[in-house]
Amino acid sequence: MNGGPRLFSILRQGPYLIASIHTALDDSQLVRFQQDLVERIGSDRARGVVIDVAALDVLDSFASRTLRDIGEMARLRGAVTVIVGIQPDVAFAMVELGMDTGRVVTALDLEEGLAELDSHVTAPPAPRT
Amino acid sequence: MTRFEDPSVTVAPTDASPGLDEQALLPQLVAHLREHRTRLRQEWVGRIQETHLLQAMTAQEMVAETTLVYDNYVEVLETGSVEALQHYARDLSERIIPRGVETHEVVGIVLLLRDVLARSLFEKYQRDFSLLNRVLDAYEPAANRIANTVAVSFVEERERVIRQQQDSIRELSTPVLPVRERLLILPIIGVLDRERARQLTVQLLGGIRTHRAKVVVVDITGVPDVDESVANHLVRTVDASRLMGASVIITGLSPEIAQTLVTIGVDLSKMNTIGDLQGGLEEAERLLGFAVSREDGNGGP
Repeated sequence: MNGGPRLFSILRQGPYLIASIHTALDDSQLVRFQQDLVERIGSDRARGVVIDVAALDVLDSFASRTLRDIGEMARLRGAVTVIVGIQPDVAFAMVELGMDTGRVVTALDLEEGLAELDSHVTAPPAPRT
Repeated sequence: MTRFEDPSVTVAPTDASPGLDEQALLPQLVAHLREHRTRLRQEWVGRIQETHLLQAMTAQEMVAETTLVYDNYVEVLETGSVEALQHYARDLSERIIPRGVETHEVVGIVLLLRDVLARSLFEKYQRDFSLLNRVLDAYEPAANRIANTVAVSFVEERERVIRQQQDSIRELSTPVLPVRERLLILPIIGVLDRERARQLTVQLLGGIRTHRAKVVVVDITGVPDVDESVANHLVRTVDASRLMGASVIITGLSPEIAQTLVTIGVDLSKMNTIGDLQGGLEEAERLLGFAVSREDGNGGP
């Protein structure tokens, strides 16, 4: 299951993780993506996650459910998730097929997603002396 | 075109395989029609005027067009080929459609000509009933085929004009206007049919992407009515916009549309609707964090 090159990357940016999917993932790769990401949230003590799906021109029901699940899991592990970069065609196809991202917030692109996280994540008060 | 040619093709064999007599009859018939051309044409024009057809045309045009139609008609009877007539009919339609000539008028005048010519044949052959029968056997299929061709050409030309107009309306129909940074307006005017609704979606989602919009105000003040599928389409478009990180505000729902939407039970709970465009813009500015204030300090809008 963990064989082959990784088709996604998870980068750390301050208190956030930026996870980009580079190409269409099959189901086992999606599961791997989910496991890696949820693990990294804990190990990096991330407060927010941006999942960038701009490279995808199709999102099937399993993929959108996985994204929704990641959102829920991340929330349980203390991070807010934002999905960014859903293409117009993909967005409409998802709605047509009755899929949505549940409670997970969506934003236009990475920049927007980070801004969205900033508004959601109230930074812990800096220790003053 | 091919779709309409089939009936005429099925008519064709009846006059394509005439008996020996019929082969001689048709030229005889054509010669008769040529000989009495002026009289028959005038009779025809008289009948057209009696029935108040083609009133959009002047007397001169009427003479010119009827002469042409008559000659074409006889030619088709003679040669059995409708190609020239088709061409002429399309050309004629192009000229007369903009002047408001209706389908029933065009079909009407061709049928009148058919009747006028048939009458003259009755007159000529009234003494020999069996000969008359054979003449009509040769004449009728060709005449019907001509009527068919003219009507089809006219309707086709009309459809072409309508398609052309639809295309130009479509091009003009859904502008996406950026009004402030990250704020778009889509004013929609006119009937929203399926095709336009689809186009609206494409424009809206594409506009969100290119303008990096966060808020979109869709103003449907100018839309008289929507049906269920269009309403559902609208709801889906709003959902899709949300997936792209933009919120959509619908403004200007007319009482009729509001009633329709509630009656047919479209789920509007997720739709953000505001009475008019002004209110929608104010709400959008609030969402984006703009605060509009007057210079004299008398408060905002």
